[in-house]
Amino acid sequence: MTQDAATRWRPRIRRRNAIGRGFALLTIVSTLLGIAVLIALLIDVFGDGGAQVDGHFLTNYPSRFPEDAGLRSALLGTLWMLVLTAIIAFPLGVGAAVYLEEYAPNNWLTRFIQLNIANLAGVPSVVYGLLGLGLFVRWFALGRSLIAGAMTMALLILPLIIVASREAIRAVPDSQREASYALGATRWQTVFRTVLPAAGGGILTGTILALARAIGETAPLITIGALTFIAFDPTGPMDLFTVLPIQIFNWVSLPQREFHDLAAGGIVILLIVLLLANSIALFVRFRLQRRFD
Amino acid sequence: MLGARLTGRIPVAQDVNSSPGAPEVRSQFAPRRRRALIERGIHVVLFICAAASILTTAGIIFTLLGETLAFFREVPIIDFLTGTRWTPLFVSQSFGVLPLVNGTLVVALVAIVVAVPIGLMSAIFLSEYAPARVRAAVKPVLEVLAGIPTVVYGYFALLFVTPILRDIFPQTQVFNVLSAGIVMGFMILPMMASISEDALRVVPRALREGAFALGATKFQVTVRVVVPAALSGILAAIILSVSRAIGETMIVSIAAGLQPKVGFDLLSSMETMTAYIVQVSLGDTPQDTIEYRTLFAVGTLLFLMTFVMNILSDWIVRRYREVYE
Amino acid sequence: MEANPTGTRKPDVAASPSANDAAQANGPAKPDVLVTEDLKFWYGKMRALSGISLKIPQHEVMAIIGPSGCGKSTYLRCLNRMNDLIASARVEGRVIFDGEDIYARNVDPVQMRRRIGMVFQKPNPFPKSIYDNVAYGPKVNGYRGSMDDLVEHSLRQAALWDEVKDDLKKSGLELSGGQQQRLCIARALAVEPDVILMDEPCSALDPIATTRIEDLIRELRENYTIVIVTHNMQQAARVSDRTAFFMVDEQSSGTLVEVDETQRLFTAPSDQRTEDYITGRFG
Ligand SMILES: Nc1ncnc2c1ncn2[C@@H]1O[C@H](COP(=O)(O)OP(=O)(O)OP(=O)(O)O)[C@@H](O)[C@H]1O
Ligand SMILES: [Mg+2]
Repeated sequence: MTQDAATRWRPRIRRRNAIGRGFALLTIVSTLLGIAVLIALLIDVFGDGGAQVDGHFLTNYPSRFPEDAGLRSALLGTLWMLVLTAIIAFPLGVGAAVYLEEYAPNNWLTRFIQLNIANLAGVPSVVYGLLGLGLFVRWFALGRSLIAGAMTMALLILPLIIVASREAIRAVPDSQREASYALGATRWQTVFRTVLPAAGGGILTGTILALARAIGETAPLITIGALTFIAFDPTGPMDLFTVLPIQIFNWVSLPQREFHDLAAGGIVILLIVLLLANSIALFVRFRLQRRFD
Repeated sequence: MLGARLTGRIPVAQDVNSSPGAPEVRSQFAPRRRRALIERGIHVVLFICAAASILTTAGIIFTLLGETLAFFREVPIIDFLTGTRWTPLFVSQSFGVLPLVNGTLVVALVAIVVAVPIGLMSAIFLSEYAPARVRAAVKPVLEVLAGIPTVVYGYFALLFVTPILRDIFPQTQVFNVLSAGIVMGFMILPMMASISEDALRVVPRALREGAFALGATKFQVTVRVVVPAALSGILAAIILSVSRAIGETMIVSIAAGLQPKVGFDLLSSMETMTAYIVQVSLGDTPQDTIEYRTLFAVGTLLFLMTFVMNILSDWIVRRYREVYE
Repeated sequence: MEANPTGTRKPDVAASPSANDAAQANGPAKPDVLVTEDLKFWYGKMRALSGISLKIPQHEVMAIIGPSGCGKSTYLRCLNRMNDLIASARVEGRVIFDGEDIYARNVDPVQMRRRIGMVFQKPNPFPKSIYDNVAYGPKVNGYRGSMDDLVEHSLRQAALWDEVKDDLKKSGLELSGGQQQRLCIARALAVEPDVILMDEPCSALDPIATTRIEDLIRELRENYTIVIVTHNMQQAARVSDRTAFFMVDEQSSGTLVEVDETQRLFTAPSDQRTEDYITGRFG
């Protein structure tokens, strides 16, 4: 079987190696392409908008005149939205996670809830907007208020919080629970005093990242009819509102170049806010997350 | 679920103690009423938290369905699904949704053409070629790309990519599908790359070694063994990417325009389902009008399309996990 | 992973007769196909092999035995540069195959691996059809003859043909463990290697499947040189012509204690440590 091997095998090793090198290069180029787009985007935005950012830009209300326009109401709206969303989503999300990890029996209902959460994570955000519009704005008659927006946002980020919290809770070793039960604690005492503190870092990190996602979301709030021209400070959950991304959308939709630059300025602020949120999450992850290994 | 296991015995003990007819001898270890009540209450509250997700789904389905059914009482479902004219906001109203579906699919196609090859190649780089240190540096960058709000991508598409396209193809309209699709592709890319990378990484090392031992080059090992072995995971990533592209709203609202039309001219403006929802929401459409209901009819269609795709990719992922475990 | 060949090149080494005295005692000496000279190996800072010199004669079965962790697999994987795939690995010394040091700068491991096949501890068929599993190697190496014939020939050689000939489209993963391992052997044979390295090929198999593989190894010995790592001393005694005994030294890196004809090594070992091991006094 080996005498005529030379004629039956044509390894063409040079060619194969050349193809291999070409392919490796292609994978590198592809990866760099994604990074290059990110860099281009940041340069573009900061180039257009960096000059816009000054004190007035942060403290002025939006205006028909580009030189007067500012982000005041949008910033305050985002802040309100953030707090209200957190108040609704955090207990709900953590509660669901605790239930699924510590209480839930292994039956069809639990599996159904889990499947359901997974599916909710894939629902387009604009559909959540329609839910908010039909349910909170119209049916609950909350109008286009902060609270209607926050409830919509809370439902949107709920799956994210649940998934992150479950992971954090699962990372707490059983020995911790056993120690608590052995001291005569009830299940809730064990969860509240042992499991949750141990998982706190992970839960908080996940929640902050989920809220960061909410800060950047635009479509659901537009759908529930958040107004874009708000020249007053929101003072309570029933007030009308605007938020940063909606203000940006509003400016970018106008034809004049000056407003586009305002939009870029708004994006700079939005990105800074997100950077801040992510830094806090990172900080929390390193400082509060307890390690068990 | 250790909690359930550890305390699972307690109810049994209670049952024995409180079974009817049993002599009422109070054990010194008998459960304390108040505490048991609190525990019970907390259990119920936590269950409600978890059930909130079901209520959310139910809420989505009922809101969408309620208005959609009302819509179909006025517009025959056939006309909606097969009509090629979408003019609900004009005097001569037509409710053929195909132009919106066409716009949605064309933008999604452009996005996929960008995201799938680049994302897959990035995934291959990260999983097969990159040294650990490079990988650790690149992954967070991709995560940043994934964390940029979509409204920012919209800005980038309209004011950075479109001008470039107009330089290259002068006939490009200000609002066009190509720009929105390309930028959407880069928005989806991190997800495509990350899911594909996961799929590639679970391919057992033994398979790679088996191929190397036969005298295959790294390229041949990757393309003819590793990628085929991860194919179902990659497929799931592609389906999820399509689903994301179809549901994406802000990029198309800003950069793709508002012209509902059937066609394939990438340099022209088209309206997607999501952009239509935004368009109507920006106006002040009164409740109980047909225009208001179109929102929900279009939303239902969008929901169904993404839902089917999410289920499909989930099912595929579940199947391929079994192979290597 | 650059190799540092030590000493001068000896191109005639492959043709030189085996230096093992035992081999010369009976019959004409066979040429050595694979020779390692003072092979040292590191995983990062940890030295796993300390200077192994071993000659593997053509068309013989060489068994490598020794306690767990003594570097048997590491040594075997040095013989077809499989360790190149491990980032922290470092090799010193020479592995001479067909007159050339395979760690020399100008050697492409890919081309060399076609000539030195490998069968792994756990069967690792590709998630492809039986046919495609066998055809994979020939395809990537540019085989130009009739693929069907080659697949059939390889499967026959691996004593699997009769069991699968009606079902070549079936996935390799649907076979039993023993069949999978024979498929992997067929896959290795299909690229027409000179040497087959086997790392505990039966350890994941039941006794019946093990017997079949052992029969197979004895048959393949006619045409191939086989190096087999095994934990099972009976197996070494059953299938091999020659046995090498490895152990860890004081610095816990693997060394070659003794190599001899299998029968002699098991009946009259020359090293006390070998005797202790084969009589079960340790390890
Ligand atoms: N990839 C690796 N990275 C670092 N160290 C390794 C690696 N593989 C093996 N080792 C170490 O090298 C030494 C030799 O391992 P090797 O697998 O060669 O032993 P072995 O004789 O085949 O053992 P066994 O009989 O259990 O298979 C061991 O101490 C092992 O822990
Ligand atoms: Mg081993």
